[in-house]
Amino acid sequence: MRVLAAAVLSLLLASAAAQAQDQAMAERLKPCAACHGEGGHSRDEVYYPSIAGKPQGYLQQQLRNFREGRRHNTVMAELLAPLSDDYLRAIAAYYAQQPPTLAAREPVADAALLARGAKLVREGDAARQLPACSRCHGGQLAGVQPAIPSLAGLGRDYLSAQLGAWRSGVRQALAPDCMAQIARKLDEAEINALSAYIAALPVNAQTRPAEHPDGKLPLDCGSVP
Amino acid sequence: MKRCWLCRAGLLLLLLSAALWLYWPALYRPAIADSVLPMSPAQIERGAYLARAGNCIACHTQPGAPEYSGGRRIATPFGDVYSSNLTPDVDTGLGAWRAADFYRALHEGRSRDGRLLTPAFPYPNYTRITRADSDALLAYLRTLPPVRRAPRAAELRFPYNTSLALQLWRRLYFRPAEFAADAQRSASWNRGAYLVDGLGHCNACHARRDWLGGVRDSRAYAGGEIAGLDWEALPLTREPPLDDAQAGEWLALLSSGVSQRHAVSGPMAEVVFHSLQYLHREDLAAMIEYLRSLPGEAQTPKPDRINARLLQTLQQRGEQVYGEHCADCHGEQGEGKPSHYPALAGSRLLGSPSPANAIRIVLYGGYPPSTAANPMPYGMPPFRPQLRDEDVAAVLTYVRSAWGNQAGAVLPAQVAKR
Repeated sequence: MRVLAAAVLSLLLASAAAQAQDQAMAERLKPCAACHGEGGHSRDEVYYPSIAGKPQGYLQQQLRNFREGRRHNTVMAELLAPLSDDYLRAIAAYYAQQPPTLAAREPVADAALLARGAKLVREGDAARQLPACSRCHGGQLAGVQPAIPSLAGLGRDYLSAQLGAWRSGVRQALAPDCMAQIARKLDEAEINALSAYIAALPVNAQTRPAEHPDGKLPLDCGSVP
Repeated sequence: MKRCWLCRAGLLLLLLSAALWLYWPALYRPAIADSVLPMSPAQIERGAYLARAGNCIACHTQPGAPEYSGGRRIATPFGDVYSSNLTPDVDTGLGAWRAADFYRALHEGRSRDGRLLTPAFPYPNYTRITRADSDALLAYLRTLPPVRRAPRAAELRFPYNTSLALQLWRRLYFRPAEFAADAQRSASWNRGAYLVDGLGHCNACHARRDWLGGVRDSRAYAGGEIAGLDWEALPLTREPPLDDAQAGEWLALLSSGVSQRHAVSGPMAEVVFHSLQYLHREDLAAMIEYLRSLPGEAQTPKPDRINARLLQTLQQRGEQVYGEHCADCHGEQGEGKPSHYPALAGSRLLGSPSPANAIRIVLYGGYPPSTAANPMPYGMPPFRPQLRDEDVAAVLTYVRSAWGNQAGAVLPAQVAKR
């Protein structure tokens, strides 16, 4: 009996300690919450994407990209400049553990646009060696551990802005930069269509990154170990 | 006819003496002997420590590129310069440099080929570095993996890009010198002076520069706007001088980035991150001992010259904004939370005549550095997405005049500029 009580007590203590640790981390990350929202749930997806529940490796790599100038945002770069790799890892771990954001999606009335987007996302275009988004980002577009981000949940304007930035070389990833190769093959109408389609996809509590990719990835990506 | 001969001769004499004045220091150049680099592990470790103390990595690394491979853009009021490659690559780095070449660069501001270096490379400070330290530094740099990366040429505007301009600048502001210990002072004071005035090149930011970017008094640390960086460096000297408690706070700040009442921010956060946190406690204490001994300027608050009603409106609105957005962390009385959130009452940064840093920090936020003593610092959120310029001006006007603070009002137009 005494052993059981001790076990229960230590479990309770451990969970209380974990909770306190989580709270201390949330307090430390107030600067992040100013734009990305509490727990990484953004209230303005156009400029500030939700980062809750994204794979840890992906988030950590993005933090480094901002700090080291492969992605450009002055506020992000200045906030991260004096922070160590260990801290960036802890920040990424914190947001990766948060449940995904169940934001209101953006319904689109234009059926032809959605169909075009769906085709690109689900099938790609073999003739142009354009892989389907779902090949890497998962069937639900919920991402794959540890480094491929979810797309479901992102806003339409944010998605098209990122693809545009990749196409023009403003946004970069570690070489070989597979997303840059893909974005350069897309034209503006296609970016518009697939952004509209992805932004309308439902997100629920089960929209979590898959543990493994579904088969071999079609491209070589420097950011995927 | 005769008069014209005279004026020609006079003109010639004038030109000759000007040239002599300008080039005299260049004519008299003692030869620098070469030496065998120390390669013992202890000496290389000392070189690594010195490289930390000089924060070489900060300027000589472009973010995202290999460490010490150079190419980082350094903005100056006279155009941009790019840092050089310090890795031991033979063609593009220091691979072919002898110990004498390296010492000449630090001591005389000349490259291996004799070319004059721009003073963005702080040789007016480094000229005090001893030959032994110079050799240890180069010995350490030799151990880095060589990176092939050609340095990019400077992009200075005319006339600053001419060698005559550089020669003139050097004549006005630079003399090769050696560190002269002051026998009246303690060994630690002298160590502090050597680090602060020399390798640490603190006055690269913490001194007022004249219109040619020169520093007249190498021991004046009155602070000033940092060229090319939209930040203001605070004065390092005080009137009255630091008391022991404040000196203790400084020691904590330099070693960990935070103290009970303060936190470093902006460019200084990066200096602590890359450099100061790695220095021995005795060296940091020596630097503070030296700085405490220098005369400072008393800060006299200037009365606000803005309309009294506007001032009152700003303060009232500011108090409201403070209650809503700031008091949770910085406290009802601006007392802060020890080691987490700096106190605003009595803050040097807030009390500075220029509100530049305070405006920046409110708009863009910031973290103190990750250090061994404080690996996961608490930070300031960027308020630009939430607060209008009027509210930022109001809250800064309030905190700059509350709890005994005596700095001037901040106007919305000053916020809008940033």
